Amino acid sequence: MAEVLVYVDHVDGAVRKPTLELLTLARRIGEPVAVHLGAGAEAAAATLAEYGAVKVLAADAPEFADYLVAPKVDALQAAYDAVSPAAVLLPSSPEGKEIAARLAVRVGSGIITDAVDVEAGDEGPVATQSVFAAAFTTKSRVTKGAPVITVKPNSAAPEAAPAAGTVEQLAVTIGEKSTGTKVVSRTPRESTGRPELTEAAIVVSGGRGLGGGENFSIVEELADSLGAAVGASRAAVDAGWYPHTHQVGQTGKSVSPQLYIAAGISGAIQHRAGMQTSKTIVAVNKDAEAPIFDLVDYGVVGDLFQVVPQLTEEVKSRKG
Amino acid sequence: MSLRIVVCVKYVPDATGDRHFAEDLTTDRDAVDGLLSELDEYAVEQALQIADDADDAEITVLTVGPEDAKDALRKALSMGADKAVHVEDDDLHGTDALGTSLVLTKAIEHIGYDLVVCGMASTDGTMGVLPAILAERLGVPQVTLLSEVSVEDGVVKGRRDGDAATEQLEASLPAVVSVTDLSGEARYPSFKGIMAAKKKPVESLDLSDLGLEAEQVGLEGAWTTVDEAVQRPARTAGTIVKDEGEGGKQLAAFLAERKFV
Ligand SMILES: Cc1cc2nc3c(=O)[nH]c(=O)nc-3n(C[C@H](O)[C@H](O)[C@H](O)COP(=O)(O)OP(=O)(O)OC[C@H]3O[C@@H](n4cnc5c(N)ncnc54)[C@H](O)[C@@H]3O)c2cc1C
Ligand SMILES: Nc1ncnc2c1ncn2[C@@H]1O[C@H](COP(=O)(O)O)[C@@H](O)[C@H]1O
Repeated sequence: MAEVLVYVDHVDGAVRKPTLELLTLARRIGEPVAVHLGAGAEAAAATLAEYGAVKVLAADAPEFADYLVAPKVDALQAAYDAVSPAAVLLPSSPEGKEIAARLAVRVGSGIITDAVDVEAGDEGPVATQSVFAAAFTTKSRVTKGAPVITVKPNSAAPEAAPAAGTVEQLAVTIGEKSTGTKVVSRTPRESTGRPELTEAAIVVSGGRGLGGGENFSIVEELADSLGAAVGASRAAVDAGWYPHTHQVGQTGKSVSPQLYIAAGISGAIQHRAGMQTSKTIVAVNKDAEAPIFDLVDYGVVGDLFQVVPQLTEEVKSRKG
Repeated sequence: MSLRIVVCVKYVPDATGDRHFAEDLTTDRDAVDGLLSELDEYAVEQALQIADDADDAEITVLTVGPEDAKDALRKALSMGADKAVHVEDDDLHGTDALGTSLVLTKAIEHIGYDLVVCGMASTDGTMGVLPAILAERLGVPQVTLLSEVSVEDGVVKGRRDGDAATEQLEASLPAVVSVTDLSGEARYPSFKGIMAAKKKPVESLDLSDLGLEAEQVGLEGAWTTVDEAVQRPARTAGTIVKDEGEGGKQLAAFLAERKFV
């Protein structure tokens, strides 16, 4: 059976959920071979095997951390040359897309980014994408080379399918041109203790209607009562009320949770671009004409300062 | 020595318009008015600031696109860029990201460059991959997704705010950078700028000027194909209630019904 390369997104060997989704999708096309770069391959291998990786190609080198993107492309290319895969799947993170794009150029393959589904087809893998701020759903194929496809988080439910997951060392030569961009310093983001925005099953977002950064506590309390991640509109981020890493929309994160709750957000096209594919959408807005109400499964026209705390209380009491 | 900056800008259908696909499943560029991609305004702005800080710099704005794409170049020129290059050819219709990157690469080499500045993503295709591909094709460092950028003594420095960490990056010129919408508001063209732009040179190039063949680009040359584009059905109208004092509780009941609570 043809092999499919899956690029592993992990933190020191702790495999992130989108990778498990990639493994699940990869199995529809062939046998997943995971590519693990950096430390922790042995630790990651157990999880990768559980979700179907027949093999884990591992490489670690200081260059992966010391220089931007290009050394990882060298490594993925080495894996590509070793395996001659039927397809390559990567997570649709900013870095995932950049690695994918450079690999595609090098190996002479077409590239599809931001897929929300991948299936086997008669003429090779078919990728579903959601385009023009999710106004259209397209199905696309790569017509030259082994398809390189990046997949958005929450595109598939991870399914376990135990396989061998044997770790093999991958020999990588870092090219001279790959060490051009030095990472002079790296400041890791502090964990909020809440779920990761792009991976969360529930997202609660606040917008300009909150009126100030201090009021984000209203959104946070609702999020915590539901075990949700916190998002924000660009207006709220631009005002300095919440960090940019939480921005939902075209120039922020694209989320597709089971439940999206928008409080004090009007629903501009650029915001919708990042949340319109959420399964259930709920909004609280005092303006009955706000475009966000075109999207909702349930909407409350009212003052969020009244409605949201009442909702939080009710959720807490129902949960006991 | 003059610092040669090339800014890549895309002419896109207005995102607030009702965007559609054409018959051949390429982006319909007639249905909705086009404009300079808002995210590329940030690229023009940063190029202008870098040029201001340099002793001597020249900014060329470059676009690959249909005839109307000249509007995007004019806007960038009116913001303050010095000259423009427009790659325009009927055979370009339907070109994908890899094809576009090939054309841009040839054009950038034709113009001559020390620094290429791109936006973080186009607002129509939203791939966000071209800057990385340009770096790969040109064989120069990729310094991308910067919220802050500066150039000094032949070195470009910038801050990349990633998912997991904030990184300070550094590379020697020549290099390709891309900037995000956190890099700082773009200036509005002044009246003087708009008048001056009318006299600035716009060079038109076609594929043969760049030594490219029709087969390398366009729908035929694309390495990806769209088989199907379906308009997303309008979401079924949801329940909308007016808060009469119990709105939060009603919402909680809905969430419970859907098993979220
Ligand atoms: C190139 C580009 C990229 C962009 N990218 C993004 C992006 O990634 N993400 C994004 O979000 N935006 C993005 N935008 C901005 C977008 O166009 C909107 O400006 C933004 O989404 C508005 O945020 P908002 O809904 O919070 O604010 P507003 O549009 O000001 O809406 C605030 C809402 O709050 C309601 N409200 C006020 N007070 C209350 C109250 N007490 N109770 C209940 N409701 C109340 C109001 O009725 C209103 O509907 C982008 C724009 C451009 C041009
Ligand atoms: N046709 C084009 N002409 C000029 N520059 C482009 C073109 N397409 C994309 N770019 C540049 O590449 C960036 C990223 O585009 P993309 O990868 O298509 O999202 C844009 O912000 C532009 O700077």
